[in-house]
Amino acid sequence: MSAHMKFVPLTAALMFAFAASTQAQSQHAHHDDARVPSDAHTAHAHGAHGSHHGYGQPAAKPSAHADHAGMDHSAHAGMDHSGMDHAAAGHAAPAHADMQHGTAPAPDARPPADHVPPPPPTLDIGHLTHAQMDAVMGMNDNARFGRFMLDRLEYVEGGATAWSAQAWYGGDSNRVHFRSEGQRKDGTLEHADAELLWSHAIAPFWDSQLGIRRDFGEGPGRTWAAFGVQGLAPYWFELAATAYVGEQGRTALRVEADYELLLTQRLVLQPRFELNAYGKDDPARRIGSGLSDAEAGLRLRYEIRREFAPYVGVEWSSGFGRTADFARADGHDVTDVRWVAGVRVWF
Amino acid sequence: MGIFRARAPQPASVLLPRRRFVQGLALGGLAAGLGLPAFAAPAMAGRRVLGGTEFDLEIGALPVNFTGAARSAVVVNGQLPAPLLRWRQGDTVTLRVRNAFAERSSIHWHGMIVPADMDGVPGLSFMGIAPGESYTYRFTVNQAGTYWYHSHSRFQEQVGLYGPIVIEPRGGERFPAEREHVILLSEWTDTDPEHIYATLKKQGDYYNFGKPTALDFLRDVRGEGLSRALAERRMWNEMRMNPSDLADVSGHVYTYLMNGTTPTGNWTGLFAPGEKVRLRFINGSSMSFFDVRIPGLKMRVVAADGQDVEPVTIDEFRLGTAETLDVIVEPDADRAYTIFAQSMDRSGYACGTLAPREGLRAEVPALDPRPLLTMRDMMGEMDHGEGHGGHAAHAGHGAAGGQGDGVHHARAEFGPFVDMRVDTPRTNLDDPGIGLRDNGRRVLTYADLHSLTAPISASTGREIELHLTGHMERYVWSFNGQKFSDAEPLRLKHGEHVRITLVNDTMMTHPIHLHGMWSELEAPDGTFQVRKHTVVVQPAQKLSYRVSADALGRWAYHCHLLYHMEAGMFREVVVA
Repeated sequence: MSAHMKFVPLTAALMFAFAASTQAQSQHAHHDDARVPSDAHTAHAHGAHGSHHGYGQPAAKPSAHADHAGMDHSAHAGMDHSGMDHAAAGHAAPAHADMQHGTAPAPDARPPADHVPPPPPTLDIGHLTHAQMDAVMGMNDNARFGRFMLDRLEYVEGGATAWSAQAWYGGDSNRVHFRSEGQRKDGTLEHADAELLWSHAIAPFWDSQLGIRRDFGEGPGRTWAAFGVQGLAPYWFELAATAYVGEQGRTALRVEADYELLLTQRLVLQPRFELNAYGKDDPARRIGSGLSDAEAGLRLRYEIRREFAPYVGVEWSSGFGRTADFARADGHDVTDVRWVAGVRVWF
Repeated sequence: MGIFRARAPQPASVLLPRRRFVQGLALGGLAAGLGLPAFAAPAMAGRRVLGGTEFDLEIGALPVNFTGAARSAVVVNGQLPAPLLRWRQGDTVTLRVRNAFAERSSIHWHGMIVPADMDGVPGLSFMGIAPGESYTYRFTVNQAGTYWYHSHSRFQEQVGLYGPIVIEPRGGERFPAEREHVILLSEWTDTDPEHIYATLKKQGDYYNFGKPTALDFLRDVRGEGLSRALAERRMWNEMRMNPSDLADVSGHVYTYLMNGTTPTGNWTGLFAPGEKVRLRFINGSSMSFFDVRIPGLKMRVVAADGQDVEPVTIDEFRLGTAETLDVIVEPDADRAYTIFAQSMDRSGYACGTLAPREGLRAEVPALDPRPLLTMRDMMGEMDHGEGHGGHAAHAGHGAAGGQGDGVHHARAEFGPFVDMRVDTPRTNLDDPGIGLRDNGRRVLTYADLHSLTAPISASTGREIELHLTGHMERYVWSFNGQKFSDAEPLRLKHGEHVRITLVNDTMMTHPIHLHGMWSELEAPDGTFQVRKHTVVVQPAQKLSYRVSADALGRWAYHCHLLYHMEAGMFREVVVA
């Protein structure tokens, strides 16, 4: 940078000189650019070239058509342009009789184009595989990309830290997808899970997902097989619905939805909703069967950059049924409403 | 309908704190108190205009500084844009291109009819030019007009490897002018294009800062009632489509350039009052559509994509990526005029000045309000899907509906990488496009463009229907739902004349470029209209052009939005 800055005064001087010389150039030095050759004014003197085609139509076009004769039609010299006007006459086309004339417009009264087909190429590069072509052309429409997003990394009123992260890597059709969410408080992981999924594009706005989920936190860890869909529903709802099958006949379901309401181009209000249900009790993890818990949040973020947006919000959560019973038995609140403040980051 | 129009915030206010970034450093740079574009020095060395029949071009890296941040560009002969190449129709030109850059490179002569091995597409035409190596292009120039050249390797075009070509007609210009200027529009980004591409893959609307907001909704509710405001949004939301999706990459990371100069730098072209001045506009950008006007001057369009057209007088035109347009203006006052080229999404602009002498500036107009796409841009012919929508266009697996008359969706279009299909596309060419409709100015449309010569293909045989498809969220782009890597080449028989019909099944405007052969655009009634090398297809539009398969070899066929091409909107065409 400093080298560049030192360069500036010199450049400035040169630049000034250049700016001046550009003008000079456009005036005279390259007046072949700025000045049209004088013979331009003398062209178009050859008269009615357009009439020899035998179209039997008067030259109905404006005068500009009549004076086209300045053009050199040497490529077509002597050609008979009557009838169908294959103006590209010089080319080595098969007999016109072979052509299927799907359209048969009236002959065009305009003079033929000065088009000359190019000679065949002499260089033959042979067959390239797509990979070779991509390498030579620098074009790869199957390239892999990746994105890591911390949807939520937040402080929760009362002293907890919560996160929700998503990452993917892959091509347009198939991606490795990673999801994780959880909450820590006072140095302990209260609850958390991580999912590793194969994500496959199945419909314009939907990907199917297949993989595993692992639960961490208080109580014994659990491992699940995961099947689901994730995508964009009409009205721009981001939706993910995943069914899980675990050990000992456990089953679970998670549905998440969120929406982005643009207040301005950078100020975004994001409602979100999450719901968990389980097929059977898991007392060791304080989970009851049926609808176990739900969360609803409202976050207002400001995108300083698209990739970096601090936010504040409020999160409501509640346990239901047997899960609520476990919570009460443990002396916890069943329903909670807490302020959150955090940051949304992706790259 | 216009119901979605002008709801988004005025970009000017959004951009104000980013003024220096958006408007860039002045060419003189002193007022900004910062550095200068470092390309100044090397530019002194190379000639800005190269003529004749023998050319030596060297591709290399160049330190630049457009916004106050030092970056490295990839350029030709130390210049950004690359030198103007002036050829003469009928000449055989030889171009020795040496690659002094660290990566494989290439140069494609955009719109030039050349042998396939001179076309400059690595992997199809040749193997590219390895670092330290050279490739000699040699071909006969049989056409005339305004064209351009650019790298066809990865993102090199985005970082500076593009330049203009002007070919003098053999018999002189049909529409003579006393003076001419090339005006090449492009964009610069301080962000590595690889990063931009990866970002789009992660979040397709990352660079869109014009999305409808809840506040817009409340304003609409107050203005027109809740039910109407909801109804307007219903279909977009059901289909998960964004009506503000006008540009994938915006002024958020782009500084728009005119002849390599930032708006602050104020590129200036001189004229003497009363002169006829020909302006050769080239859109050499990677991802931007420019809406161009010169307040105070009428423009007489005389050529499109290098091909002379019936003159038509207009106030404004939209120039798609890779298109060129020649206009003649006749400034008769002793004053400056601003050449104003705002990006289609109104996130920024390139501008410069036409002036009788150096140092003058005219007022720079404010950016127009940011437009929003309308239902017509999603559904095409409104008559078919009036009211309940859903039948005229579907989002992905959405509402089942019969296919419209004459539109056939390929099977791959029903896969996960196509987010919408249009069953009843519109076919009219007289639509200036989103953001330019009914703006009170006379805006050029394709319906205004008529070639002065007869079509190369007087008639056509088979018809090939290709749908422009994609998925904004997944950022996948394709033809017929198939990315380049999944698709077989499109095979044409040498000598046949085909009719290619494009149906835009996306909400974006795509400039489609066929290498090696002209695209002869037809009017909706099937008559030949205008010969082009790059055809812009608007959302939910269907159009057709004739192609004379007279060029043996392997050719590229792609969307000229660079990141769409890289994401798969590319086909190989084989003529054998």
